[in-house]
Amino acid sequence: MAVLLTDKTRIIVQGITGGEGTFHTSQMLDYHTKVVGGVTPGKGGQTWEGKLPIFNTVSDAVLATGANASVLFVPPAFAADAILEAVDSGIELIVTITEGIPVRDMVRVKHALNQSQCRMVGPNCPGVISPGIGKMGIMPAFIHKPGKCGVISRSGTLTYEAVKQLSDRNIGQSTCVGIGGDPVNGSSFTDILRLFKDDPDTEAVVMIGEIGGSAEEEAAAFIHREFKKPVAAFIAGLTAPPGRRMGHAGAIIAGGKGTAVEKIKALREAGIHVTDSPGEIGATLARALKK
Amino acid sequence: MKIHEHQAKELLARYDVPVPRGRAAFTVDEAVEVARSLGKYPVVVKAQIHAGGRGKGGGVKIAKSEAEARQYASQILGMQLITHQTGPEGKKVQRLLIEEGIDIQHEFYAGLLLDRACARNVFMVSTEGGMEIEKVAAETPEKIVKVHIHPAMGFQAFHARKLAFALGLTGDAFKSGVKCFTAMYKAYENLDASLLEINPLVVTGDNQVIALDAKVNLDDNGLFRHPDIEAMRDLNEEDPAEVEASAANLNYIKLDGTVGCMVNGAGLAMATMDIIKLHGGTPANFLDVGGTASAETVEKGFRIILSDRNVRAILINIFGGIVRCDRVAGGVIEAVKKSKVSVPVVVRLEGTNADIAATMLSESGLRFVVARDLTDAAQKAVNAVAA
Repeated sequence: MAVLLTDKTRIIVQGITGGEGTFHTSQMLDYHTKVVGGVTPGKGGQTWEGKLPIFNTVSDAVLATGANASVLFVPPAFAADAILEAVDSGIELIVTITEGIPVRDMVRVKHALNQSQCRMVGPNCPGVISPGIGKMGIMPAFIHKPGKCGVISRSGTLTYEAVKQLSDRNIGQSTCVGIGGDPVNGSSFTDILRLFKDDPDTEAVVMIGEIGGSAEEEAAAFIHREFKKPVAAFIAGLTAPPGRRMGHAGAIIAGGKGTAVEKIKALREAGIHVTDSPGEIGATLARALKK
Repeated sequence: MKIHEHQAKELLARYDVPVPRGRAAFTVDEAVEVARSLGKYPVVVKAQIHAGGRGKGGGVKIAKSEAEARQYASQILGMQLITHQTGPEGKKVQRLLIEEGIDIQHEFYAGLLLDRACARNVFMVSTEGGMEIEKVAAETPEKIVKVHIHPAMGFQAFHARKLAFALGLTGDAFKSGVKCFTAMYKAYENLDASLLEINPLVVTGDNQVIALDAKVNLDDNGLFRHPDIEAMRDLNEEDPAEVEASAANLNYIKLDGTVGCMVNGAGLAMATMDIIKLHGGTPANFLDVGGTASAETVEKGFRIILSDRNVRAILINIFGGIVRCDRVAGGVIEAVKKSKVSVPVVVRLEGTNADIAATMLSESGLRFVVARDLTDAAQKAVNAVAA
């Protein structure tokens, strides 16, 4: 039942006392998410809003609360360090919301993640939500419905658009994972598809991709080889000009590679139901379910 | 972020990457002064713009005397330089690089960038220097040798040797090449570069390796830790509307079409451009207003979009999650009143309080076209242009 964020997930918030950290922690708690504490170096021993204990370090937090997941609201200059601290603490899941982390830092972080048992989602993402269980991130909970469709996306508001289309058709979601818009990230489409493959409660998947890199093509190959549940997809950026960074650091057609056309072709060849219209994502999955 | 060739060479020189002696010049007199300071001819007069293909476009000349240096400088400074990378309008040349002439024995290619597929830096060299590397990759990919750098291991001497052997360097050129590659990697890492390209990388008559041209792109996300490099930004090389937008913390990219777009979120903004095209229209721009769609932000967005004379309708597409749609509607109404918008405005607000927002817009007394879903919004926007 759901991947990543399950009823066993106990969450701490790194950067809990910052503006973003405070606002989104209260939103997460409003959604009955199991947040058990927060980390702000120097504020250990204090209490957040009279509700949660604050710790100086991730290790202290994990020791005291038994937390197994962390969501980060830490500014770009300090984010890599905060992620590495979480990795070092032995925590299992990290969700990094931060946009703007230098690529050089993420290359180092990715290497550390690969050497560990820890999984990271993000950075530059809205987070992870398992409707009915909880959310680690900034997505609006009310548009989601519990159900059996997994969602994996590089985007933020475009994900919400797709989720609303699904919910409006009474196609609920098992878990929605924002993998983020950066060129180097913790989890790829393929990483999350592997989780959905083994989740008996996920019966279909929606993928939202965009220009840049080759993550969608790799996912297409994986799906073709090993993933039998129906998949619907939309790839943003058919109209994007080459060589320009379209908002997301990873959304760039470089040296002619990473175009939407190539991605759509690879996905269609793997049997994925790709729609050309972002207004038809829900309808496309509904059709795929009927087949 | 892009920088000029002369700035790239200045940065590379800090890390001991060998570059020709030279300096930037902003006037003809300055150019002559630099030529004199170099002490001998020939000198090379090079247009400085943020685009490649300057040589073929007539922006690079070899001057054999002071008179020629003055002549070429006058010709090139102020010229509208058109290359295969500038678009048909070309770019106005506002600065030159005056450099010592180099005795070229061989021309190679060397480039460093991130390989996204494995999240490692990759160092590429090719004997096919002086050509477009994409062409080499397409036609003779076996002539590009790639070395991936493991993040924990870093760049080692054996990597540099492998690259040098791949180019067939021997003797002094081999030693010089090894030093150069090591210096290049150090520069690339420490500058937070996203691309370091030397094309051509030259072996001189006396078997020294030198960067005859240099292109360095910086990771925008790394600039906060390089204020001196951020100061190298040349606003003249950027579209004025894009400059204004970035000063207002808006992400704007000008395109060629007639439907202006204002959206929250990069993915949704791209998707909005896409669906406009799908319904027979042409997007005029990409504009991500980010998390706050306040009256001020919307007003700024209108101003920037309308600075483009091609715009015949505007589509506002906001998915309000944390941001409440009724707040956004209020902001849009206020902004339209203040901005004297003379083109049809199609508004589609979805999310928190979307119904209240739709009512506010319909009852505002302003002639908004209110759309409910994405498809409806795109169709209405395209129709608004045709009307």
